[in-house]
Amino acid sequence: MADERKPTSLEDLDARVTAARAAHKQQSGDGNTVPGGKPPMTGFGLAMRIGTELVAAVAVGVGMGYVLDLWLGTKPWLMVAFFFLGSAAGMLNVYRATSYLGRRDGSDGS
Amino acid sequence: MASPIEQFKIERLIPLKLGSVDISYTNSALWMTIAVVVVTLFLVLGTRQRALVPGRWQSMAEMSYEFVANLLQEQAGNAGRVFFPFVFTLFMFILAGNLLGLIPYAFTFTSHIVVTFGMAIVVFIGVTVIGFIKHGVHFLSFFVPKGVPAAMLILIIPIEILSYLTRPVSLAIRLFANMMAGHTMLKVFSGFVVALGVLGGWMPLAVNVALTGFEVLVAFLQAYVFAILTCIYLNDALHMEH
Repeated sequence: MADERKPTSLEDLDARVTAARAAHKQQSGDGNTVPGGKPPMTGFGLAMRIGTELVAAVAVGVGMGYVLDLWLGTKPWLMVAFFFLGSAAGMLNVYRATSYLGRRDGSDGS
Repeated sequence: MASPIEQFKIERLIPLKLGSVDISYTNSALWMTIAVVVVTLFLVLGTRQRALVPGRWQSMAEMSYEFVANLLQEQAGNAGRVFFPFVFTLFMFILAGNLLGLIPYAFTFTSHIVVTFGMAIVVFIGVTVIGFIKHGVHFLSFFVPKGVPAAMLILIIPIEILSYLTRPVSLAIRLFANMMAGHTMLKVFSGFVVALGVLGGWMPLAVNVALTGFEVLVAFLQAYVFAILTCIYLNDALHMEH
């Protein structure tokens, strides 16, 4: 009994897969939003991302300023300057991360 | 009682030296090997039958493939598909490392910043090289946002360059900090279980059960975040827009 039914159900599945694939291609062709692959981004994940983004930028700024100071022999000044540049870069990163997520949420309607 | 951070200690299993460089096979390397073997077995054995209607195992292998494929397609478009093997390898390796680390007595190699920074710097250098190959010197205009007055550029360009250089650091810190914090917390609460004994130990034990579930979520989430940011950076290099 199972042997008799198997080919028909498989053919049916094949047809359905082809149809779904065509629909999927059409959908991803005109818009950038593809259903499926929904991000499991929780508030906690978002918060962790924003926090590290800010801290990392300041750390990179100070580190770069310190290394440049050692190299050029201009002790604290470049480090001070790069601290502020790093802070600005951190804010920029946070702004980009959040505006990117906001835009996605708006278009996806989630 | 064991210290909560003792679990992160690197131990040399097979001491090796190459000149003056220590290349010992450590417990970290052992768990990386296990992760690679587990991922390979999971995918190769899972898809061995090649059934048209997949079983449970094959379905899981196909789901992980499609998850990353969709992610890459969504973030980097069709031009990003060439990089699927790289992103998929990264995702599965990090996911396997995070999940294997949750097994008692296992070592979590993703809780070491050397490992995460190594992966992040490979992504960073790779993406930068791709950007230069794709756009040549024109890639440098990535650091010059459109519509900014010339007087502001002297301030904006260093900020943009710093923001770009931050990428590998934040990518590395995020994964490492999440894994280390989670595993330390688990150990601290299990220390409370022993300290409070049979009478009061149930409360921290309940917290630990909840935390373990939470850690599984974090393991998936962090592998996902690492993969999606790789895709976003690839997209920046391929299509050059903010």
